[in-house]
Amino acid sequence: MVRFESVGLRYGRTGGRDPAPEVLRDISFELPEGTFCWLRGASGAGKTSLLRLMYLAVLPTSGKLTLLGADIGRTPRAGLPPLRRRIGVVFQDFRLMPHLSAFENVALPLRLAGGSDAQIRADVIELLRWVGLGRKLYTLPEELSGGEQQRVAIARAVIARPSLLLADEPTGNMDEAQAERLMVLLGELNRIGTTVVVASHNDALVERHPAAELRLDRGRMVREP
Amino acid sequence: MKVPSASARALRADELGLRRALPGRTLPLMVAAMALLAALSVAGWIGTSALARQWREGAGTAMTVQVPRPNEPSAKPDTTRLAAAVALLAGTRGVASVHVLTEAELTDLLRPWLGDSASQLALPMPAVVAVRLSGAAIDLAVLGHALDDAAAGTAVEDHGVWMRRLSALAFSLQACALLALALVGAVSIAVIAVATRAGLAARRDAIEIVHGLGATDGFIAGRFARRTMLLAAFGGFVGAFIAVPALLVLAQFAAPFAENASASPGHAALFAALPIPLWGSIAALPIVAAAIGFVTAQLTVRGWLRHLP
Ligand SMILES: Nc1ncnc2c1ncn2[C@@H]1O[C@H](COP(=O)(O)OP(=O)(O)OP(=O)(O)O)[C@@H](O)[C@H]1O
Ligand SMILES: [Mg+2]
Repeated sequence: MVRFESVGLRYGRTGGRDPAPEVLRDISFELPEGTFCWLRGASGAGKTSLLRLMYLAVLPTSGKLTLLGADIGRTPRAGLPPLRRRIGVVFQDFRLMPHLSAFENVALPLRLAGGSDAQIRADVIELLRWVGLGRKLYTLPEELSGGEQQRVAIARAVIARPSLLLADEPTGNMDEAQAERLMVLLGELNRIGTTVVVASHNDALVERHPAAELRLDRGRMVREP
Repeated sequence: MKVPSASARALRADELGLRRALPGRTLPLMVAAMALLAALSVAGWIGTSALARQWREGAGTAMTVQVPRPNEPSAKPDTTRLAAAVALLAGTRGVASVHVLTEAELTDLLRPWLGDSASQLALPMPAVVAVRLSGAAIDLAVLGHALDDAAAGTAVEDHGVWMRRLSALAFSLQACALLALALVGAVSIAVIAVATRAGLAARRDAIEIVHGLGATDGFIAGRFARRTMLLAAFGGFVGAFIAVPALLVLAQFAAPFAENASASPGHAALFAALPIPLWGSIAALPIVAAAIGFVTAQLTVRGWLRHLP
């Protein structure tokens, strides 16, 4: 499902006399299909960067990355979008499309995958009801509370039933009850076979939900799942 | 709570919010101006082409022969110099008709220079022979020699020199029109590329989001291209719409130079006032503008997306 082999990552200049510093160094680990894994580490340790590699927002500067059976280093650029469509991501800052309603935001992955209008409508409305937004289908993100926006973001990440689900501090803006509710959702998805990776600072939450753990310290891996 | 599906579909078609990022006024306005300039350039090109053709054909169809002392006997017995020259001309291959100008016609020709007294002048007047040519090539040097043998001093005046100069002029005008057309095309491409880049900058976040969700370059470029295509087509249409009255007014000024200006009133005359290829070009303006908008946006967006992995 996910395999890192001595992966390194630099932002900016990757070569020459003065390359940018390596924010991730010599990362190696493997996540079998269906794993649930916490991603932990101090601020600046490289958690977000590691997730960015996993959702193909950046490509490794060195080493070999295998995602969903594809060797990313050998995959042509045109081969990446189909992989991205099988990966769901919840960003800490949501990244909703500001000019699209909750409904259209959640529908976006299905539109990109070319679903039929009727099927998209049914699926999106069902999921938005499930996350408690059945009455705010056509509300713009700016008119939603932080927690509501987050639920839209989560719905968008899971609507297309991704094989790999990545979440970056998903409980950041949540109270305890909401965080638990999210854990239930992530657990459900994991049970039906989705590989889930969650970066979190929330030690209490992690302790309540013991699972495999990947720990980073200043760009190096100090604990393998 | 239920939003009509038509508006939902309209929303879907604009996932990237391009209706706001590529607003529907500036770009069409610029393209309309370009389309108007393009129409004027094409009109200039078609007009000068027609003139060039007319002049080129004119150059090959007529010449004038002057026979001094026409009534004196020629080298041949029993013929005047004029008769000898006329006979020679009439027997030359490629000559369609030979007409000796009458006294009255000559006076008419000379009036602008000499006034009404032309006919009373005591000057020895040469006879002037207007020769129409049929199109077969004539070797003017050989003809000139033959005429000089028949009636010494006879001069052949070929209109070709002037016509060739006019043709060269028309050619350079044509080149100017083509150059203007090429410039208008280049500026249109630049205008659309700049607008597209502004749209990309305004929608950077949205593009990165859909890219991250797995949108292909083709999808994103296609959304931009569809929008710029519509805006450019609209601009081209407006430009073409304005070009018609502008060209009709210009055609009025140019009418005296036109070959067969029609005097018939009504719609038919309006239509006939401009050459058919020009009407065709005007009709093509929105299509060409749309094509430029589509291709330019596609290339600009695809180039920009290369920054993303
Ligand atoms: N786009 C970027 N360009 C350059 N450097 C970056 C970029 N993003 C992150 N970094 C650097 O990479 C290192 C790791 O950052 P990252 O965001 O991965 O940490 P993190 O573990 O997610 O931290 P936090 O818990 O605060 O979110 C940091 O030193 C950061 O400055
Ligand atoms: Mg982070």
